[in-house]
Amino acid sequence: MKKEDVPQDVSALGKITKEVCYATDTSGKYTTQLSKGWDVKITALDKAWEDIDDRIAAARQKVLNGEASPLLFFMERGIMDLSLLADYTGFWQWQIKRHLKPDVFKTLSNKKLQRYAEVFNVSVDELKTMRADEKK
Amino acid sequence: MEFNHIQAAHCENGVTTSLLKNIGVNQITEPLAFGIGAGLFFVYIPIIKINNGPVIAFRTLPGLIFNRTCKALDIPVVRKKFSSREKAEAFLREQIAQGRPVGCQVGVYYLSYFPKEYRFHFNAHNLIVYGKEDDNYLISDPVMETPTTLTSYELERVRFAKGALAPKGQIYYPLANRPVTNEQIKRGIKSGIEKNVQNMLYIPGPIAGVSGIKFTGNRIKKWRDKLGLKQAGLYLAQLVRMQEEIGTGGGGFRYIYGAFLQEAHAYNQMDELLDISNLFTQSGDLWREAAVHAAGIYKGRLGSQEDFNQMGDYLLEIAEIERNAFTQLKNLNWR
Repeated sequence: MKKEDVPQDVSALGKITKEVCYATDTSGKYTTQLSKGWDVKITALDKAWEDIDDRIAAARQKVLNGEASPLLFFMERGIMDLSLLADYTGFWQWQIKRHLKPDVFKTLSNKKLQRYAEVFNVSVDELKTMRADEKK
Repeated sequence: MEFNHIQAAHCENGVTTSLLKNIGVNQITEPLAFGIGAGLFFVYIPIIKINNGPVIAFRTLPGLIFNRTCKALDIPVVRKKFSSREKAEAFLREQIAQGRPVGCQVGVYYLSYFPKEYRFHFNAHNLIVYGKEDDNYLISDPVMETPTTLTSYELERVRFAKGALAPKGQIYYPLANRPVTNEQIKRGIKSGIEKNVQNMLYIPGPIAGVSGIKFTGNRIKKWRDKLGLKQAGLYLAQLVRMQEEIGTGGGGFRYIYGAFLQEAHAYNQMDELLDISNLFTQSGDLWREAAVHAAGIYKGRLGSQEDFNQMGDYLLEIAEIERNAFTQLKNLNWR
């Protein structure tokens, strides 16, 4: 890649920091050039988030339908699966599976809810009501 | 503590470069660290999924670049993992109190200064801690333009991120030794190239090295039928992210490797090194051309089987260029 061809499409990262790219100068010698981002990878990242957002929306609907507890919504929002959530909370996977049932979730102690809330970066109240910003 | 922040394309290269410069290895640069550490790689692991896509990597396993580079330059390395958070922080504070900047492996999911969009559960990020003011640790993150800070809670959280490649509070640093001579750098370059030839040409099995690129190219041609257009698009987006996302310097590290071979030429004036460097530039350019084509597919502009065939063919062509490049590197007559 030639130095002048290093793309400068502003990405989410580009607003915070530019990134180092390696490119060649007119004599063919390698040098570095800062880049604000590249459209091709911005859309790749968007694509990944679109998929996650679809999952979050489906989870939200399940919770509203009473088929799952709000934990499912926060799991998808946190891009977590059972095993990762178990690692972060210290619960066993079979416990989390139970907590995903709305009836069981309602009986959880504040202490247990607090463990989930901390991992998801929300308050216990937000956890119960699914009222956190659902975007990301 | 006096510490110079150095921005780099890739985090581990950057940490390696900064920490080595800090103990007086003045010759070290990011491309040299990457090349001596034999950082270039390719692997595609269809059966392990991350973020619902296949694992694809353009570089060697985390930690290896630092270890190999230090070893090649005869520099002792200290590397520690912890089960206790308290001990992990106590050890970190001891090092800082002695005026020693240290490398930490961290997860990016809770890394507060990263934009939300980049915070996946990726646990092989590297940064340097070089001081503490009140409750804030002073952080030199090589992918950032300027130094930054994390509170002790935030730092503990990322040092003890969970999931695949969990860092477990991992800390590492090089110990100052005799000054590194140009002769040592020269030997390091040779051993790094030999190791990389080994990894790209002779790793057993179909999924890694040059044959892994070819394997992936052939698989891509089947993705449309096997996965459906939507999922296949997501897989291609994953490929592009692994190839171009922060840290690779562009073209899946191929440009950094090209830069390394040019720098290698300054230590060992074999003109073949410059010619082979051009091959890596070619390969990097082709990886990026392939990424543009892939974007056409995941943006929905392209999507026929012919488009997937063309995508696969890009990788087949790249595989041949890199096979040629590494074969030439293998056949170098070292002076």
